[in-house]
Amino acid sequence: MIKVHIDLNLCQSHGECVAIAPDLFQLDENDFISWQEEVDDSRRADLEAAVNTCPMTAIRIEG
Amino acid sequence: MRLVIVGASLSGLRAAQAARRAGHEGELIVIGAEPHLPYTRPPLSKELLQGKQEIEDSALPVDELDVQWRLGTEATGLDRTRRRVRLQNGGEEHYDRLIIATGCRARRFDGPGAHLDGVHTLRTLEDAVALRAALASTRRLLVVGAGFIGCEVAASARSLGVEVTMVDIASHPLVPFGPALGKRWAQMHRDHGVELRLGPGLEALYGDTGSERVAGARLSDGTSVEADTVLIALGATLNTEWLTGSGLELDPGVACDPTLTSTRDPEILAAGDIASVPAALAGGARVRVEHWTTAAEHGQLAGRNALVAHDERTAHTAPPYFWTDQYDAKIQALGCPALAEHSELLELSPDGGRFVAACVQGRLVVGVVAVNAARRLAWYRRALQTPRPLTELKEALAQEDATLGSPVGAMP
Ligand SMILES: Cc1cc2nc3c(=O)[nH]c(=O)nc-3n(C[C@H](O)[C@H](O)[C@H](O)COP(=O)(O)OP(=O)(O)OC[C@H]3O[C@@H](n4cnc5c(N)ncnc54)[C@H](O)[C@@H]3O)c2cc1C
Ligand code: SF4
Repeated sequence: MIKVHIDLNLCQSHGECVAIAPDLFQLDENDFISWQEEVDDSRRADLEAAVNTCPMTAIRIEG
Repeated sequence: MRLVIVGASLSGLRAAQAARRAGHEGELIVIGAEPHLPYTRPPLSKELLQGKQEIEDSALPVDELDVQWRLGTEATGLDRTRRRVRLQNGGEEHYDRLIIATGCRARRFDGPGAHLDGVHTLRTLEDAVALRAALASTRRLLVVGAGFIGCEVAASARSLGVEVTMVDIASHPLVPFGPALGKRWAQMHRDHGVELRLGPGLEALYGDTGSERVAGARLSDGTSVEADTVLIALGATLNTEWLTGSGLELDPGVACDPTLTSTRDPEILAAGDIASVPAALAGGARVRVEHWTTAAEHGQLAGRNALVAHDERTAHTAPPYFWTDQYDAKIQALGCPALAEHSELLELSPDGGRFVAACVQGRLVVGVVAVNAARRLAWYRRALQTPRPLTELKEALAQEDATLGSPVGAMP
């Protein structure tokens, strides 16, 4: 399993992560981000793309 | 295989990371004119300028990449027959595959008074640090050019309590988003106390007699503006000089096919602000965008594509995406708004503070602009991969229940 962290002080709700993996990241009514904190290894490529495309470098993955 | 990347900023870094991740085990050389490891530019006109972020915060994380960094080193020429990049210090780097990621620099004003102290441009970390220091003791800032960087700096300066005059020859700010939305941006800046002078251009900067410090500007309508600091925000110039005589096609960006491969040489790819790439939303024409996200996407794709033969490379398909933050508005744009002839509201929140507008060319939607509506963008990214008739997009939208609300009346 891969652990996903988003630094909420950095996230500015760009939604890049949502565009890349809508099943793992979502923006709510008020544009706050929510996400799946533990993700299967098979999704590593999507997670890496999200890490590298988040304009605020707010996403970190572990494992 | 020896992979050389020229340009050590966002797209160059993303290319290096992607190449390593995709299994590149050979040499990896990144040549960068700036003395720094890669950093991110968007905060330079926003958080950093407003004092909400420090210099260190703009560094981009550089993981264990095993890269040979050649920083503070400018590439001065490209010899494709010998596959060599010539360096300013007299050296050369041999490549098997080359990724060009040299981006842009700020365009300068070359009229009278351009050399005066207190006249700034904004592209690099050093530029931002100098501008931030200057704003600390500025009474009135003159921003020349009401494009994205000009508007962001005007907003940041206002948040610091600095008086701001912004001039542009256009009739409204943020020209690529069109006149209907332009009225709104103009009002937004005026509401925040910016003195907007639309129509006249900058003729000359002047200092007080005997002083080398800027004191104001003369405009083409004969009026003048007093200012003790001036930001020239007239857009960007491409860093392609080093490619002169290389035989690559420059249009004026590096002309590429959809896989980011240069049109004249399959061993050479390009990424980021410098790459001119066919876009579905532009009807397949090559477009060059100066957007952070596109540079990050290009970098990741170019790094992977550089490792394989031309016919195994994949195409870049994501529509251009851009954002800008001004005051409390997060403005996001998808596609090619600059190609549109008019804009039309698609969604509007009941309080009027959030909306999405379509950018329409003929009958076709070629882009959207959203204000404080980040949550809605994912839907448009899916719905707008290629130009779509406005009527069809509206029908699809009618099936959606999560919209901001139905638009009533004219553009807010
Ligand atoms: C102040 C500012 C704010 C911005 N805000 C936003 C925003 O809010 N949203 C958004 O979408 N985009 C924004 N952008 C645009 C975004 O930063 C760019 O799209 C992005 O930096 C492009 O990355 P790049 O790697 O292609 O090019 P660049 O970042 O331009 O990097 C090119 C690098 O190549 C180096 N180089 C140039 N010539 C040579 C040479 N001959 N040899 C070696 N090295 C060379 C340069 O020194 C530079 O370091 C902003 C830009 C600026 C300047
Ligand atoms: S891409 Fe980054 S800034 Fe945007 S919503 Fe995701 S975490 Fe937040």
